[in-house]
Amino acid sequence: MSSLIESSQANRKRYKAEKRFKFYGFFALLLSMGFLIFFLTDIVIRGYTAFRQAEIKAEISYSKETVEIPPLAVNEEARDFASRGFVRMIPLQVENNPELMGDTVVQWIVANDDVDQYIKGKPNGLSDSEKQKIDKLKKEGKIKLSFNEHFFINGDSKLPEISGIFSAAVGTIYVIILTVLFSVPIGVMSAIYLEEYAPDNMFTRAIEVNINNLAAIPSILFGLLGLAVFINFFGVPRSSSLAGGLTLSLMTLPVIIISTRASLQAVPDSIRHGALAVGASKWQMIWHHILPVSVPGILTGTILGVARAMGETAPLLLVGMMAYIPEVPNSFTDAATVLPAQIYTWASASQRAYVERTAAAIIVLLAVLLTLNAVAIWLRNKNEKKW
Amino acid sequence: MSLGNLIFIVLGGIVPLAYIAYIITSRKASVWENQEQYIHSRPYMHGWFVVVIMSFPSIAVLLIAGFLHATGVYTVSPFIVVAACIVLVALGFAFGLRKISPDFRARNKVENVIKWFLIAASLVSIMTTLGIVLSILFEALRFFDAVGFWNFITGTSWNPDTAFLSGAGRGEESAAAAEFGAVPIFAGTFMITFIAMCVAVPVGLFSAVFLAEYASPNLRKIMKPLLEVLAGIPTVVYGFFAAITVSPLVVKAAAFFGLEADYTNALSPGIVMGIMIIPLMSSLSDDVINAVPQSIREGSLALGTTVAETTKGVVLPAALPGIVSAFLLSVSRAIGETMIVVMAAGLRPNLTANPLEGMTTVTVRIVDALTGDQSFDSLETLSAFGLGFVLLILTLILNIISTIIVRKFREKYE
Repeated sequence: MSSLIESSQANRKRYKAEKRFKFYGFFALLLSMGFLIFFLTDIVIRGYTAFRQAEIKAEISYSKETVEIPPLAVNEEARDFASRGFVRMIPLQVENNPELMGDTVVQWIVANDDVDQYIKGKPNGLSDSEKQKIDKLKKEGKIKLSFNEHFFINGDSKLPEISGIFSAAVGTIYVIILTVLFSVPIGVMSAIYLEEYAPDNMFTRAIEVNINNLAAIPSILFGLLGLAVFINFFGVPRSSSLAGGLTLSLMTLPVIIISTRASLQAVPDSIRHGALAVGASKWQMIWHHILPVSVPGILTGTILGVARAMGETAPLLLVGMMAYIPEVPNSFTDAATVLPAQIYTWASASQRAYVERTAAAIIVLLAVLLTLNAVAIWLRNKNEKKW
Repeated sequence: MSLGNLIFIVLGGIVPLAYIAYIITSRKASVWENQEQYIHSRPYMHGWFVVVIMSFPSIAVLLIAGFLHATGVYTVSPFIVVAACIVLVALGFAFGLRKISPDFRARNKVENVIKWFLIAASLVSIMTTLGIVLSILFEALRFFDAVGFWNFITGTSWNPDTAFLSGAGRGEESAAAAEFGAVPIFAGTFMITFIAMCVAVPVGLFSAVFLAEYASPNLRKIMKPLLEVLAGIPTVVYGFFAAITVSPLVVKAAAFFGLEADYTNALSPGIVMGIMIIPLMSSLSDDVINAVPQSIREGSLALGTTVAETTKGVVLPAALPGIVSAFLLSVSRAIGETMIVVMAAGLRPNLTANPLEGMTTVTVRIVDALTGDQSFDSLETLSAFGLGFVLLILTLILNIISTIIVRKFREKYE
């Protein structure tokens, strides 16, 4: 009987359709993973070279003349290829170390971006005769690639070879500190109110609908809010991490409220009843019994919110955090920039050498964000308590 | 000395004073407790009560003074502020100390204050929405006043370049008046959104179906976080990827078919935006597909249908409202997405149906108008708020419809 059914023409068609359908689903999943892998490899291949930087062996002679005209200090062979970022520091070096005067020092100095790109086999603006000179220097062992520490300890610069992500990273830390400081207490407090206190009336429902809406409002509109309210109305300095942090905390608030509410909901009522039954007041019950067990959930939500805020760019562009900031900001009201904004400015810069630096900054940012997300997922799985 | 610094200094004074008051009061109350008298509230609650009563009035004064100063309405002399704070703290402490007694219900009073704090905190989110709506609305109204709402909505030519002249009081000098017809911008936005949906909806929906109906629990456990990784990548990174990698690929592919494509074509930001939205679409659909009761599935399978037939004929129709709402949320996300289009789409408003040409979007124009060096009240800057207003209304409508649909769906099955 069963063989009769299976062999019938219609059924064979049906099973084929079933297989096809399953394949479509599998293929869709495969496609999204393919995108992910293609994307990650593309970024890594573009960016990993920026972690190494071409250096050139040069003789630096310090004299009165060379302090006046710094390029002359570098020996002729290397002069055209040395980074202007090094050359312009020569007078300052002499000022700090007067005993250098009259000396000739042989040392490895940073090469300019064209040399760097040529050594790495990337498009560059060198002429053929310059390329020959570099090839010769390379044969003599006077040009090498070494670890690019400038990328991690310098701020932004107009010269790609000495520009780095340090000031942007500090700006990101400032902004994130402010975001956490503002959004976590307020978010947790409103979640407690909505979950534990609020009566079921129009007002409460309005707040709930409003929070869900806020979570789905495009981030750029938060930038418009920050511009109009914080900067133009309250006079917070433009481009400061304070303006950015305030804007981002309003954006992170719904994320934290929603995740805190979820973790408060997960606490069973028996715990509430137990606390109340032995005479605890409502706040004592929340503070001593509900909050301690929901801390992991709140933490997970906070980490996810922070990860989102860390990668956010659009609202920060509008409050001016994309300015050219070579210096490390010293306070919350100093002009600052953040990593994603730095990525944006480098991506729109014209020099070719910025492409690999942009990708390298992306690698750093992604590493941080993926770690944060992994920590959040790990926390969630670890604390998935079944009551 | 600025009032801002002053506030910090005075707060630095209030906090230690409050701590001392807390110690004194709770000591006093614990004496009663040790004498085994009846005491309504624990000593520390009495302490907190005095802290509240002595510090809140002065903090309120400081906040109001600070607010007035920051908004530039009126600057109170710092000395008056300090004096008022000292008086309020002293009065509060004296009053609090007199008020407490073994019968005093300090706990109820303190908890009431806590409750008002919590309410205030949940008002912040309402204030945020109000702030967004009002700040955009006011500037947008000024813009519509100058340009005309219908000219803005129905005009087909966007040419703001001469707007700065009228901002500089030289309006008559410009040969052609600035034009603010937003149709090309809306067209670009919808084109890119449409392309993104063409990528995100099939891939996201089929992934969700596969994960919900076919995948083993282990595969689910691995694949869901991996999909979340796609959602966790910052949009500026996607923008770089679209501009540097996908655009040249699209141009090459177009050339292969004998077509000509701009480097700022609409296709590449659209595709990359679609990739970005896949996880949103798939996780929302996955949720609703899982919310369809197992009994419905089993009923259908028991009749001898295949899994595919059950999915297409029973599960998906049941989950349709949820999927529609996931679709609407994805559209709203795509319309509001900024960095990808800022980096990979064009700046020139272009009314065309050819996705290989450069076109611009609402968000690109907003960023462009506000990061330029125009003065804040120039018409071009205001145009950003006009566009922001449209964006706000569009996304609000989409979000609200999707919330209503999904609530109806949940009521049906849960």
